[in-house]
Amino acid sequence: MPTGTLQIRAISAHSGSVPGLGVQREEEVCKYIDVTTCIGCKACEVACAEWNDMPFQPTAFDNTYQTMPATTWSYWNLIKFNEHQRNDGTLMWLMRKDQCMHCEDPGCLRACPADGAIVQYTNGIVDFQQEHCIGCQYCVSGCPFDIPKFNSATKKMYKCTLCSDRVGQGLEPACIKSCPTGCLKFGTKTDMRALADARARQLREHSGFANAGVYDPPSVGGTHVVYVLHDLTQPELYGGLPAKPTIPATYTVWKRAAKPIGLLLALLAAPVAFFHYITEGPKPPSPGPGNQGPGFGAPGPSSPDSQGPNFGEPRDPR
Amino acid sequence: MNGAVERFDEGARRRVGAFGRTVVHPGELVRHPVYTRVLHWGVAIFFILALLTGLAIYTPWLYGALTPLFGGGPTTRLLHPWFSLGFVVLFALQFLNWLEPMTWTRDDRRWMKQMRAYVTNAEEVEPEYVDFFNGGQKLYFWAIVVSAIVFLISGIIMWFPEVFGRVNAAIGYVLHDIAALVMLAGFIVHLYEGTAAQPGTFRSMTRGTVERRWAWTHHPAWYRRATGRDPRADYEAARRRVESQSDPGAR
Repeated sequence: MPTGTLQIRAISAHSGSVPGLGVQREEEVCKYIDVTTCIGCKACEVACAEWNDMPFQPTAFDNTYQTMPATTWSYWNLIKFNEHQRNDGTLMWLMRKDQCMHCEDPGCLRACPADGAIVQYTNGIVDFQQEHCIGCQYCVSGCPFDIPKFNSATKKMYKCTLCSDRVGQGLEPACIKSCPTGCLKFGTKTDMRALADARARQLREHSGFANAGVYDPPSVGGTHVVYVLHDLTQPELYGGLPAKPTIPATYTVWKRAAKPIGLLLALLAAPVAFFHYITEGPKPPSPGPGNQGPGFGAPGPSSPDSQGPNFGEPRDPR
Repeated sequence: MNGAVERFDEGARRRVGAFGRTVVHPGELVRHPVYTRVLHWGVAIFFILALLTGLAIYTPWLYGALTPLFGGGPTTRLLHPWFSLGFVVLFALQFLNWLEPMTWTRDDRRWMKQMRAYVTNAEEVEPEYVDFFNGGQKLYFWAIVVSAIVFLISGIIMWFPEVFGRVNAAIGYVLHDIAALVMLAGFIVHLYEGTAAQPGTFRSMTRGTVERRWAWTHHPAWYRRATGRDPRADYEAARRRVESQSDPGAR
């Protein structure tokens, strides 16, 4: 288990280098969630709200075993419930602990325009820094898992920190500590992945779940939360887990390449205008300066200047 | 519809015009009355504020430089949509005010075809058909109209992503950027054309008046309508007078 300080690996919207990066090597952490042994006791939900000192909040009962419809800015850990009928008519109660996945390639961090509002530590944890957050909610559209939530009172975004405050001190996250069945485990990414692969093999070979597998989506570079699923081919059954989570091209190609190039092209208008000035020059009213003599600008029939100072609106010009 | 717009414009021009005046000296023509000038500078102020707050969020390179002007990142973010709404509302009034002179005509297509001559200052005076606004000015105006609509719609989507969904917000973000780039490039050209490129133009938006020779140089058809005189003949006459003065023995 990693100990010591949390070294930052990536900073959102940061134009400089990351201080201290590469000085120390650190193990990447991972949360292991075996949905097949989750009993939906919600101990992790309580532990999360307790450790993070979240305020009480009213919820909506929707006739399921789910605490509330979705995670909120103050409720980062939610057991999603789905009653699934299999082809043979038998029922399955699918429980999945929904929280931030701590992507290796975080869409929220890519989307964020505020310097330092989102950081990724070398141990893989993606953390929001509310003191730098500007509340623009770009991370909402950058995240394929619908995790960042807006607090309209503080105008800041919040989500699961993977208990970076605990992990930085060598402790496991609060949800892990509270789990009574052992379906939650915490350790290095290598170890947790090996454990998950072993458990998935066990499900395939001994429990009759031919499609069992580990959810660690490569489309976001893998995640620092991995699930063991009975059926990896249908992750949507588990409370809408996306089969192929993707970051919108807006925050990849567009933000990295098109935006800087577009801005430079638009600003190119300034040197072009300057070049025009020094080559073609200005176009003054003609004929140029000089005493144009009497009759220059003799008032015409409908000329407004015959009216003297004009308080209202002239008829012709607008 | 048109009648209603006309009535609204006339009322607004009268009411706002009562707060200020346009002093017209001999040899000058009124180009932009008080209402137009107030709207123009209102639009300009909100545009620049929205531009600076927007550019801060646009790129990490400018974030650190521009956000302190507005009290830091969170207030920059908070102010941007309100600056932008100020821009949209004032520009909507300017849109109604200028709807008629900005209407695209066959003459504007002719003007666009001789744009090269305009850019290279090939002629001393503009073609005689150029009216109150030339084709380039109208092009900029309509680019702002389209951009403002794109800005408004995409901006509202980005303002409330939880209502419109993450995919729409991500698309809105791209459209918002494109509209901003079009407007930024147009704005730079507009600044240049209104000041250094055409001496005598800037005062039309400050004091509201222009010299008569400015009018027959840049907008001959408007000169004809405003004064009832022939722009070409007046231009030639003024030229002859200047030539005879600068070289008294020649004629």
